[in-house]
Amino acid sequence: MNASTQTTLQLFAGVAGVLILASAIGALLKWRVAHGAPHSVIDNLNARVNAWWVMVAVIGIAFALGKGGVIVLFYLISFYALREFMSLSYTRRGDHLAIAAAFYIALPVQYFLVWIEWYGMFAIFIPVEAFLILPILSAVGGDTKRFLERTAKVQWGLMVCVFCISHVPALLTLKIPGFEGRNLLLIAFLVIVVQGSDVLQYVWGKLFGRRKVAPELSPSKTWEGLVGGVASATALGAALYWATPFTPWQAALMAFMICVMGFFGGLVMSAIKRDRGVKDWGSMIEGHGGMLDRLDSVIFAAPLYFHALHNWWVP
Amino acid sequence: MTDAFDSDAPPPRVILRRVLAFVAGRLIIGIAALLTGVRAIWSGTTPRAEQTLYFANHTSHGDFVLLWATLPPDLRAITRPVAGQDYWMASKLRRFIGEDVFNALMIRRDGGSDGPNPVQQMTDALKAGDSLIMFPEGTRNTGEEILLPLKSGLFHIARYLQQEGLAVRLVPVWIENLKRVLPKGQLVPVPLACSVRFGAPLALGDGEDKAAFLARARQAMLDLRPEYDRENDTEAPPQAAALQPAAGKEGVP
Repeated sequence: MNASTQTTLQLFAGVAGVLILASAIGALLKWRVAHGAPHSVIDNLNARVNAWWVMVAVIGIAFALGKGGVIVLFYLISFYALREFMSLSYTRRGDHLAIAAAFYIALPVQYFLVWIEWYGMFAIFIPVEAFLILPILSAVGGDTKRFLERTAKVQWGLMVCVFCISHVPALLTLKIPGFEGRNLLLIAFLVIVVQGSDVLQYVWGKLFGRRKVAPELSPSKTWEGLVGGVASATALGAALYWATPFTPWQAALMAFMICVMGFFGGLVMSAIKRDRGVKDWGSMIEGHGGMLDRLDSVIFAAPLYFHALHNWWVP
Repeated sequence: MTDAFDSDAPPPRVILRRVLAFVAGRLIIGIAALLTGVRAIWSGTTPRAEQTLYFANHTSHGDFVLLWATLPPDLRAITRPVAGQDYWMASKLRRFIGEDVFNALMIRRDGGSDGPNPVQQMTDALKAGDSLIMFPEGTRNTGEEILLPLKSGLFHIARYLQQEGLAVRLVPVWIENLKRVLPKGQLVPVPLACSVRFGAPLALGDGEDKAAFLARARQAMLDLRPEYDRENDTEAPPQAAALQPAAGKEGVP
């Protein structure tokens, strides 16, 4: 067993420990507070914890399979996210070709570019090529009603669900001197910090939340949750520096940036949901909602994290 | 060796056809699930092993596949879609899917005077104990309208059930989004989340006339739509809006 595998296993053991604790607390709350009767908050908490077990197991399998497994996992995540996004977006019959191209061409090509590690193309394929070609396909449909709005939605869907998410497996392609062969840990750091921040914001918010940050957008987000969650997730990131190429203060700064972007990502994705009059993007993940409900913070954090690493750690 | 082929056992060709039909059924449901992630939402009723007539909106050839796929397996076995003979008998493959995979009840939609009429065929099947999936609009809705006016067939069936004293549940169904998965004239379906929403069963009231019953059935279907699907409603609000300019004329500078 090499050092990288050992570190990865230690991280997974840590996550499993937290989940065991969470499951125990959930069971205790169900028994002591709800007395086994249905209780919306506690039942939702337990559903979330159970879904976390499944998600951690899936990530574990992907990690065990290496680069191919991680790329396939995030390909599927992008597929489900894009399906949720397009399902809730207003499009017309004339957009059919553009939507088909998004699913059957742009999505596979983007992940193929990650696989062959062609960074130059990976970084511009969706923002430039797809951006120009998809509206052409919609225009060929001949329907001009709400045209700009429709093409913008298809492009936005691709940017958020495919381009941004593909930056997570793309972390495997970075060549950081002295960190070769350990890139899975870069993904682990991102996922643990960003999801840890979500969970800690939830916990701080549920325990001490009073003042709402953005009642129009997300009634469950509070200042107490935000400050407590970001501060503790930043500390968590700093504490994980030994698994990364960062010094402790660099790890803290990275974690802080990830948390802040993640928080605002959640706000933006909430704004889109409110506009459509729905509470969740879907119902795929029990207790959490849809794929996009779980990933909104990763989507906004991943590209910046990737570029910070690309600019300052890759020579 | 010969007793394997005694006269009661179906010939190998038939067995092969059944196996193929089973595999094809699974495959179609699998593809439908991958493309649409379809889920059933039951409100006001639950899936029950009672004889049922499901009536749904019709925007795509995939409608009954999706509805059928969301039924629990034991209900699937007793539920037959009602399908247009002109489309589903047109080629060998369609015929295989229609008859062997889905055990569809083939009806004629051309209004020809010879042979049984569609309502008669459906009531016969109901009398024989089948559950049915039917599309009361009578045709596929490929235009901009949300739901076409319902044909009278649903009313005649309801009246027949009432007269004969048959306990068949009339369950309204709304199939959401499938129109966008494969619009008319397109070859490649795109993945979009769909849902099949089942509502509370309807019964014909005592002395209720055709227009009143069909209006009630239509509204029961429309009421099943998800909230965000109603924002483009053109049915009630525009009439109210059309009255506005006259009322507010004085306010216009």
